[in-house]
Amino acid sequence: MSQLEIIQLYVFILAAFVGYQVITRVPPLLHTPLMSATNAISGISLVGSLVAAGSDQGQVATILGFVAVTSATINVVGGFIITDRMLKMFKRTDRVVEGDKK
Amino acid sequence: MYLASSVLFILGLKGLTSPEKARRGMNYAAFGMLLAIVGTLVQHEIVRYDWIIGGLILGSAIGIPIGLLVPMTAMPQRIAISHMFGALAATLVGVAHYYVHGATHGNMIALGFEVLFGSLTITGSFMAFAKLQELIPGRPMTYRGQNVVNIACFVAAVAIFIYLIIVPTSVHLFYAMIGLGLLIGVMMVLPIGGADMPVVVSLLNSYAGLAASATGFAIGNNVLIIAGALDGASGFLLSVLMSKAMNRSFANVLFGAFGAATVKSTKTAAGLTVHSISAEDAAMRLAYARSVIVVPGYGMAVAQAQHVVRELAELIEKKGGEVKYAIHPVAGRMPGHMNVLLAEANVPYDKLYDTEQSNPAFPRADVALVIGANDVVNPAAHDDPSSPIYGMPILDAEKAQSIIVLKRSMNPGFSGIENELFYNDKTSLLFGDAKSSLTKVVSEVKNL
Repeated sequence: MSQLEIIQLYVFILAAFVGYQVITRVPPLLHTPLMSATNAISGISLVGSLVAAGSDQGQVATILGFVAVTSATINVVGGFIITDRMLKMFKRTDRVVEGDKK
Repeated sequence: MYLASSVLFILGLKGLTSPEKARRGMNYAAFGMLLAIVGTLVQHEIVRYDWIIGGLILGSAIGIPIGLLVPMTAMPQRIAISHMFGALAATLVGVAHYYVHGATHGNMIALGFEVLFGSLTITGSFMAFAKLQELIPGRPMTYRGQNVVNIACFVAAVAIFIYLIIVPTSVHLFYAMIGLGLLIGVMMVLPIGGADMPVVVSLLNSYAGLAASATGFAIGNNVLIIAGALDGASGFLLSVLMSKAMNRSFANVLFGAFGAATVKSTKTAAGLTVHSISAEDAAMRLAYARSVIVVPGYGMAVAQAQHVVRELAELIEKKGGEVKYAIHPVAGRMPGHMNVLLAEANVPYDKLYDTEQSNPAFPRADVALVIGANDVVNPAAHDDPSSPIYGMPILDAEKAQSIIVLKRSMNPGFSGIENELFYNDKTSLLFGDAKSSLTKVVSEVKNL
């Protein structure tokens, strides 16, 4: 393993650990938004797709990259919108009453 | 810039630990995403923008309507199909990278994980989507020797992977491995029934994350590694929670070997009778109850009865009763399914309780109102060691003073297990579609 790969492995393990710690504290109430949020975040594959589509490495790479950009964008855009829509619906008792008055 | 967006992603997920801060957290995460994208676009590597812009526009054109229009009841399908898109992107990036650069031994490890996790998530998620959308039957599909075939495919894929690490130049094998991955995805989800979907969806969530993370390794990009690891950890954790809630070992779940619950309990319903109840009587009982606990299940989601449930709850509260909701982790088709539906119907989230919180409250409840739930209230989990769900943590609806069960028919639930609760003397059954039954109950309560 090269130096770079070892560093990458460190990054992966630390990120997974931090993720595990943070997500353990997410209440079951918000598990669906959590899924849709992590889904939007994993749309970060978009970054890799952008490189494949835009660095002019031949037609095949460009086309594959184009499809990848499209599907990653669907996730990023759709994922964040839908998570927000869901989170908007979660209200406490008093706020529901307030909301009805408006 | 990538570092900043990674920090924002973690902050975003941290926001999800409380419903108050969740929306702000998601804005952080979205901003982080924007940073990462802009950061990539200004890199020297990127020399042409035509296809990128095309992809971004097309993706948004599909993503925005999906985001705005998908009804909450269709959320499990939406989540499943989005795992497919995520995995598709990761896999294609991997293929493009291999096609252009080839791979070294070390690089092949990352690429292999990427396309293998990616390809099986693509088809696996599509199958899950098709089952949830009812394009194909939701019941488990099994055939003889299924496990042998599945394991053989899996072993073959791993063998090719190992060979590829040693000889990264065998192009045909690389594509054969993707083909096998796609095949495994299909076969993994085929034998899974609707009730097991929460585990599968969480698991595919984890796989999609791992594929993204492997992409980061392959192309040497840290933000991909981090975001993928977060997604992978979250999906992993949810699958662990879901499998615990169903009392299945995690190893069982990890290898996708959760066969259909074809084992029938030795106890049968023979000689037992059920008490049915009319909507008027149910209304009477609910209206004068001091404490009601609602136990929602998939039946409520199918009938889209959540709004009527809230209406009924408000009426009971006006008459001085107290209404709580007891939600089992695997009720519905994905983690948190019931919470989202009830939130959509404007039920305040501080009335939603999980298994541990609500069980002590059942003995004090006058009425437990079970709406389209079955296995999660089946007392066999406590007292019948021969039952496939024995040991599964359930909601103790049977301990309530009386129980009203809304059910379409006497057919057993997805797991095919008889439920003794329905034959209990305290239990009354109100047959019919949950929504129309509840609508009747609501109008009866109003007339009282």
